[in-house]
Amino acid sequence: MRAFLGFVRKEAFHILRDKQTFWILLLMPLVQVLLFGFAVRTDVYDIRLAIVDPSPGPASRVLIERYSASPRFRVMGVYASTAPLDQQFREGTLRQAIVLPPDVDRALLGRAPLSIQVVTDAADPNTGSIMQAYASAVLQRWHAEQTMRAGGVRLDVAARMRFNPTLESVNLFVPGLIALVLTIVSAMMTAISITREKETGTMEMLLVSPLHPVAIVVGKVVPYVVMGFTNVLLVLGAARLVFGMPLRGNVALLLAEALLYILTALALGIVISTSAATQRTAMIAAMAGLLLPTLMLSGFIFPLDSMPTPLQVISNIIPARWFLIIVRGIMVKGAGLATLWQETLILLAQTVLLLAVGVRRLAIRLE
Amino acid sequence: MRTIFFLMRKEFLQVFRDKATVFQIFFIPVVQLLILSNAATFDIKRTALAVVDEDRSTVSAGLIQRLEGGGRFSVVRLQPTIAGVEAALLDREVSAVLHIPHGFEDDLVRERHAPLQLQFNAEEGAAAGIVQAAALAVLTDYARELGVSLPRGPAGVSGAMTVGAPLDLRTQGWFNPSRNYKHYMVPALLVSLTTIIGLLLTAQNIAREKELGTLDQLNVTPITKGQFITAKLLPFWLLSLVIFSIGLIIGKVVFGIPTRGSVPLVFLSAAIYLVVALGIGLWISTFTSTQQQTMFVAFFIVLIYLLMSGLFTPVDSMPRWAQWVAEANPVKHFVFIMRAVLVKGAGVETVLRPLAILAVGGVAVLSLAVRQYSKQAH
Repeated sequence: MRAFLGFVRKEAFHILRDKQTFWILLLMPLVQVLLFGFAVRTDVYDIRLAIVDPSPGPASRVLIERYSASPRFRVMGVYASTAPLDQQFREGTLRQAIVLPPDVDRALLGRAPLSIQVVTDAADPNTGSIMQAYASAVLQRWHAEQTMRAGGVRLDVAARMRFNPTLESVNLFVPGLIALVLTIVSAMMTAISITREKETGTMEMLLVSPLHPVAIVVGKVVPYVVMGFTNVLLVLGAARLVFGMPLRGNVALLLAEALLYILTALALGIVISTSAATQRTAMIAAMAGLLLPTLMLSGFIFPLDSMPTPLQVISNIIPARWFLIIVRGIMVKGAGLATLWQETLILLAQTVLLLAVGVRRLAIRLE
Repeated sequence: MRTIFFLMRKEFLQVFRDKATVFQIFFIPVVQLLILSNAATFDIKRTALAVVDEDRSTVSAGLIQRLEGGGRFSVVRLQPTIAGVEAALLDREVSAVLHIPHGFEDDLVRERHAPLQLQFNAEEGAAAGIVQAAALAVLTDYARELGVSLPRGPAGVSGAMTVGAPLDLRTQGWFNPSRNYKHYMVPALLVSLTTIIGLLLTAQNIAREKELGTLDQLNVTPITKGQFITAKLLPFWLLSLVIFSIGLIIGKVVFGIPTRGSVPLVFLSAAIYLVVALGIGLWISTFTSTQQQTMFVAFFIVLIYLLMSGLFTPVDSMPRWAQWVAEANPVKHFVFIMRAVLVKGAGVETVLRPLAILAVGGVAVLSLAVRQYSKQAH
């Protein structure tokens, strides 16, 4: 045990001695969360909208008011014809246009369909479909009200966006960023620090020491667990203080889950380092191999529901997917272990599996 | 020239000697491109919706049937308890809950309107907006249907037999000729993957020589700074171009990306872009001292490249200062060029501005790297 503690001390010194690296490791995740927290929005705001209304009347006036009142839309102009649209779309001053037919008021009372065109700048199809959804929702509500006056039936839909009423991007982003940064940083830190010993030949010296190989690996990982955990505390503190992110659930549970996830990522790093002979292969595997899958298959940016079924199946093996559900669950929805036990168990199982693989591979290398 | 050639040969030998690295360099981008291109959409095709039906009437049954028949919702029936609804939303069993209150049909018959409650799990932000629009569309259609079929109650509105015109929404997406998000995402992913690999290799290379001490050996040779930087950049620039070409072929063959514009123009842009992207890797490695440090700074840069370029999230929604940062992001410009030339068939005149920005960036980054790199040992 004393030998083990001595080894952990040696590893800690390695990290602390190199001041430059130490500060980079400590502060980089914080800077990232601050930067992206301010800069990146996944939602669409300030949609520059034009309305084409050939014959203005009470009904179309109400519609224009609806769009003006919504914080998502900025009505750039009401035109009598579609002529000015093309140019403005090309210049990018317009993102969306609602084209009403002539004589809306009369048409609303009739039997023939009231055809309304929603033209969207879909150069980015993803943003395009979000803009389309928002514009259609306003139109549908307006139509329901108007036909009601004409003797139709109205469903008074009270829609509530639960847990995140303003669809705040930060609430979405901070958990995702924590998961991403922890995955890459923890996996990369372990992988690099173990392969460095291999590359410089000092690993062999360690292996002939009386320390058990597993103890060596554990000793290497312990300082990084502390480091990763400090990162989590800093990032969460910033998310709360700077962005006012809610923390509705239990803080202790959140920290425990974060610790579990750090272990998962470190275990991943161990597995990578057992199969990589050089720091270069370890780094490519950790960063090129993990970055985009973690970003795209975890539900961080693209909703899991939108993926084709085979990809949803693949996403199950991405640990960040489960961690993201857990962090959002605790912070945004105030969920407890009673709700999140399944995700926690999966994460735990993944950690154990990775550790087992890592340790086994390590043992095989020694024979 | 001969010096540069020898130095480059050495770099190539060092990369190709390491079979594991060679495997990674080509395997990782290909696999990720094939898999991830299918993931990049906000278009929610099908999601679970729970219905709490307290009315249990013909009208409410009809509504549930319309929701099921629409194809976008798989309907789960829930017991009318608040706890059950909360739990379903909390553990993500469903993404929306529709509450049909008691007396729904009676209200509709008597007063021609009745309340409904819809709750969405909005933890995923914009996704909830799309689910909402889909649900409202079904409800609107059904209301229209009811307006015609529903008998009028004793206190019903008298007179007018019309029920108003149905809404015929026609949505048009402009500037998206292929209507296929993969055509939009594959170029973005290909650029991301090429950049990550190229940047890592370049940045790691000098850091490794520093760590092993072989950089000092190089420094005492008569090689000039310019020769050194060129020899360190060119091999990885070539490798990245090869990866890029492979990815482009995959995009064309597997995902059917159109090539409406000039392919040589795309490659010219790629050549300029890669100088900027990899040059930044070189520049990083001139001021870091270990491979570990280099990797963390590289990770930081790559994340800025990806998250502040408008690849995954709309640039328009960013605050003004971040839009300026995005303007300085080479990834943004190169992806713009690729999408414009390949998908829309744009010519040189359209992409001249981003191309010029990239060229200026390339010159700036390289001169910075040459200046920063010092042959003196510290």
